[in-house]
Amino acid sequence: MPEETILNDDFLRELMNVGEVDLLVGVPTYNDARTVGQVVQAIRTGLLKYFPRQRAAIINADGGSKDNTQELVRAASISDMHHADNLYALRTLHCISTRYTGTPSSGTALHTIMAASDLLRANACAVISPDSTSITPEWIQTLLQPVVNDVNDWVTPVYRRHKFEGLLIRNLLYPMNRAVYSSRVREPYPTDFAFSGRFASHVAGLDTWSEEAARVGAEMYLTIAAITGKFRIVQTYLGPKSRGEGAPADLVAAMRRSVGTLFWSLDSTFNIWSADLDPEPVVTIGPEHELDPEPLRFNRKRLHDMFARGVGELEPVLRSILSHSTLCQVQQVASSPEGELGYTDELWAHTVYEFAAAYHKSVISRDHIVQALAPLYRGRTYTFLAENRDNSPEALESNVEALCLAFERSKPYLLEMWNGRK
Amino acid sequence: MWERFFSEMTKETLEILRSVAQFLPRLMITLIIVLIGWVIAYVLRYLLRSILRLAKFDRLSEDAGASQFLKKAALPSTTELLSRFVFWVAWIGFILIGVSVLGIVGLQEHIGRFFGFLPRLFAALFVFFFGLLAASFFSRAALLASVNADLPSPRLIAATVRTVIVIFSVSVGFEELGIGEHTILVAFTIVFGALMLGLALAFGLGGRDLARRYLERRFMHEHKEEREDELSPL
Repeated sequence: MPEETILNDDFLRELMNVGEVDLLVGVPTYNDARTVGQVVQAIRTGLLKYFPRQRAAIINADGGSKDNTQELVRAASISDMHHADNLYALRTLHCISTRYTGTPSSGTALHTIMAASDLLRANACAVISPDSTSITPEWIQTLLQPVVNDVNDWVTPVYRRHKFEGLLIRNLLYPMNRAVYSSRVREPYPTDFAFSGRFASHVAGLDTWSEEAARVGAEMYLTIAAITGKFRIVQTYLGPKSRGEGAPADLVAAMRRSVGTLFWSLDSTFNIWSADLDPEPVVTIGPEHELDPEPLRFNRKRLHDMFARGVGELEPVLRSILSHSTLCQVQQVASSPEGELGYTDELWAHTVYEFAAAYHKSVISRDHIVQALAPLYRGRTYTFLAENRDNSPEALESNVEALCLAFERSKPYLLEMWNGRK
Repeated sequence: MWERFFSEMTKETLEILRSVAQFLPRLMITLIIVLIGWVIAYVLRYLLRSILRLAKFDRLSEDAGASQFLKKAALPSTTELLSRFVFWVAWIGFILIGVSVLGIVGLQEHIGRFFGFLPRLFAALFVFFFGLLAASFFSRAALLASVNADLPSPRLIAATVRTVIVIFSVSVGFEELGIGEHTILVAFTIVFGALMLGLALAFGLGGRDLARRYLERRFMHEHKEEREDELSPL
């Protein structure tokens, strides 16, 4: 969708009344009445406390909430909470809530925020997920400061998480993204992030927003756009992220939004990633990773059963995606008894790359390919949980590093599969 | 008497010769039409084959399950079969046009009927093929959704979806061809009704406990199992 058509007339009028701003914070919402008030309050406090001399705007892009989310955002914006804390804006601080057209999607919401940022000529922008209830006003400073001070273009978060949270990121998104694009972004699917006006102008004008994968997994798409566009990337430590925040509860939905978009991006960026890329170190402000080692109960037997059953039931589908040797190995792993199941790093890397190549060749419906990966991911998750159950965060990190190296070693295999020689 | 015999013979011979002389140009035109028809049909076959190969039609038909069916029947690929089909339909069409030039009484009506039947034949083939494609797509979607939702018997669910769609498309296709319209419709209604009744009985009686357990888990939050999805993937 072209940039000028994504902003409706009323919203455009409101933006024109605002004029230009220095900072912009976007909040994409859809039925988030439970948490959005608290998040907007924290954003306001953060802006007033750390950037009182900057002209700022909070933009809420809503997908048509039916639970008064927009009213709550407006109420939070006129709240006099900050007066109690002795916080006053020395320049203007606007808050606009708009309802974008079309079906609710993170892509349309982020595109709206990017287009608004471009129009208001904001120097630095941040996006905060309405689910981020662990937000503190310091998050605003931590996210925006690297853009304001150091002219970075893309700021991704690093959270303190439980060691078994974000398993899809640790087992697939981070290793594959790192191997393919040679960029060590720890959270390639960020829900809270910041970016420069330069990056917003570049991305808002892209015509790929009309594609389903970009709309569904916009967070992943933006990270890849920053990496492949050679923008300056920095990671910043935000602190603890509450369990399950911002993550879709459904595994298949999560995979569509992240893995599907990663696979999809490989088509248009082939010329970039197929070349020998020099590893790009990403500067991290604060600790690069912080894990919470507290024990967490999970149902390993169910994971094992769903993996074994899934491999058995989906055999005809997997046969059209995987090579004969990989399928045989996966079937062998699936037939192992519960205690002995071991989905090795190499086999997992080969499996994921074969899925990516099948997605590229559209051997079957692309959405079905992503869905078919879910049972195999359960097998890999089982192995990861079993291996790291009693491990310290350091030992777990070294296992993640080993997995990343397996993905990097197997990159020529991806190219081989991609070009159809296997 | 001999004179009269020879005169009649000559007259009849001349008549035959005149008829042959009248028929020969028509035959020539027929042969030319048949020959031109063969060339056009051959070009059509070549063009269609190239277009289908470019469009990777074989992959589409493999996806629909049509290729496996053809392989089992020792038939060539879908692309080859379709291009041959178009070649023969086009050539037969030209042969019939050629024959109609001969002016043989009674043939005109059959030729007209043949050309009237062609669109229906194409429509039926279209319905069959896209029915198979839809059956393959939706059965795979059902299989994947059932596996990921951890439902019992995912393959049975997928097979049921496939069967219903195939039966539906076959019945629509036959109706289009005008073959046993009422029989097919009644058969489809009976099969579909029986299937639904069977499922209703199976779930109502056989799956009573399963349904109760499911509803309890879903709405009463009793015996809630720990799900792997609770370990947030992102």
